[in-house]
Amino acid sequence: MMSLIDLFSGALILASLPFFVAGTLGLLRFPDLYCRLHALTKADNLGLGLVVLALMLQAQSWLQVLRLLLIWLLVLIAGATVAHLIARKALAAGHRPWRRP
Amino acid sequence: MTGAQTLFDGLLVLLLVILAWVLLASKDLFRAIVLFISFGLLLALAWLRLKAPDIALAEAIIGAGITGALLLVGLGRLGSAVRCRPLPVRTTPLQRLSAPLLVGLLLPSIAAVVLVELFTLPIVASGQIKLVAAHLEHAGVDHPVTAVLLNFRGYDTFLEMGVLLLAVLSIWSLDRARHPFARDQIPAALLTLQRLLLPLLILVAGYILQRGAQGPGGAFQAGALLAAGIILAALCGHRLPPGHQGLLLRLALSCGFTTFLLAAAVTLARSGVPLLYPEHLAGSLILLIEIAATFSIAFLLAAAMAGGHPVPEAKPTAIDERKSA
Amino acid sequence: MSVSVLYAGGGTLLFFIGLHALLVYPHLLRKILAANIMGSGVFMVFVALGARSSDGVTDPVPQAMVLTGIVVSLCFTAVALVLAVRIHRLTGCTTFVQDQEAAGD
Repeated sequence: MMSLIDLFSGALILASLPFFVAGTLGLLRFPDLYCRLHALTKADNLGLGLVVLALMLQAQSWLQVLRLLLIWLLVLIAGATVAHLIARKALAAGHRPWRRP
Repeated sequence: MTGAQTLFDGLLVLLLVILAWVLLASKDLFRAIVLFISFGLLLALAWLRLKAPDIALAEAIIGAGITGALLLVGLGRLGSAVRCRPLPVRTTPLQRLSAPLLVGLLLPSIAAVVLVELFTLPIVASGQIKLVAAHLEHAGVDHPVTAVLLNFRGYDTFLEMGVLLLAVLSIWSLDRARHPFARDQIPAALLTLQRLLLPLLILVAGYILQRGAQGPGGAFQAGALLAAGIILAALCGHRLPPGHQGLLLRLALSCGFTTFLLAAAVTLARSGVPLLYPEHLAGSLILLIEIAATFSIAFLLAAAMAGGHPVPEAKPTAIDERKSA
Repeated sequence: MSVSVLYAGGGTLLFFIGLHALLVYPHLLRKILAANIMGSGVFMVFVALGARSSDGVTDPVPQAMVLTGIVVSLCFTAVALVLAVRIHRLTGCTTFVQDQEAAGD
């Protein structure tokens, strides 16, 4: 039997799916590196946030909730830094950002 | 086990096999290494499905993280191009036939035989599960994997510390360490990340080490996390001061091995069997060895990453100064 | 038929894919990658066969040995990479082959 909490968790996970799909589509279809980074870091981090929220509802204790929050924050920080480093390196290597032709 | 789980397992195994094939066949080696890192992360998921969270942790940190970084550094030094193809030499028809026979016929048939054998293999007994469970209360720790690693089969881990030490010794004898960035090129975002992450990495490493007595975790995972911290610090321009590159560094590298050696010697003298811990001391002895091993593993992995023996930072010599002037 | 047999089969395939690549591709770095994949395949068979039990408890001994194995395979990768860089510096090659032209120039 599904409880209300399980329903909420399921809904949150379902809500996260479009973000992951959008991020992946952006990675595959966007015209240049900067757009792809943008799609990947923004959409996927939001999707992951929804998944983490769903897992928090299932947590047994407050300590687990805090750990999940910490994991999400770490992914955010690491993602932002790595995206910045990649973009910086690409700019230095002379990749011009794409403009609408 | 439900159908959805079987479907997930099937997809995961299929994805792993396809990924392995694609990454090994891909033209660009950089792409191959990036795919290898994602292969490692998916493998960590497979370890979780096989109820091996210890291995999942180690795979994510060591298999995907540190190995991936090592390979990327290696690619930077080697380059992606195949230099020196073999010259065409005169061969007999039989010789020309042997390679495709080996690769196209022999390998797949051996694989097929092994696969068929696997599917018909009976479950003989539940392995050493009962044996480990029966002795767990005397082991000094509650987590079976840690008990096997540091007590029942402690010699495995002892010799592994030896292998790590030997690996670093051979790396040191082959090359000297090189620094990834010049000091003035370090991005500000990386420095911020380091300031946030370094204390957290040390904290989490300590947590994982202490958790190894009751659940998944332990010296390997904690040591690898600390090593990641050292590598991050090195990327941000921190260097070992020259005064610490001699005896102190060597002590840090070897303390895991020597602590094990001492424990083996003492237990040999006391009871005649090396690494047979007295029951009331087992817990504290294991903790002591694990702390030394964690510290050692961290420095050994970071030394392997540096790719050679330490060299003090070159002071500008007289010739250099004349050149720049 | 169970999940562990599925994973053991996958591990076997990984081993043979790695072995094939080790034999076929000349670039040293690709050979190191292939050996790593072979190792992962072996680990997978090991743990998967250890996970087969009637009461749902997994065997900790193969897990401990694979944990050791992962660190040893990292040692292998590190030493092999330094050796490959050494070969590259001495001969200018990124393969095992050192023909007359490359050595002569």
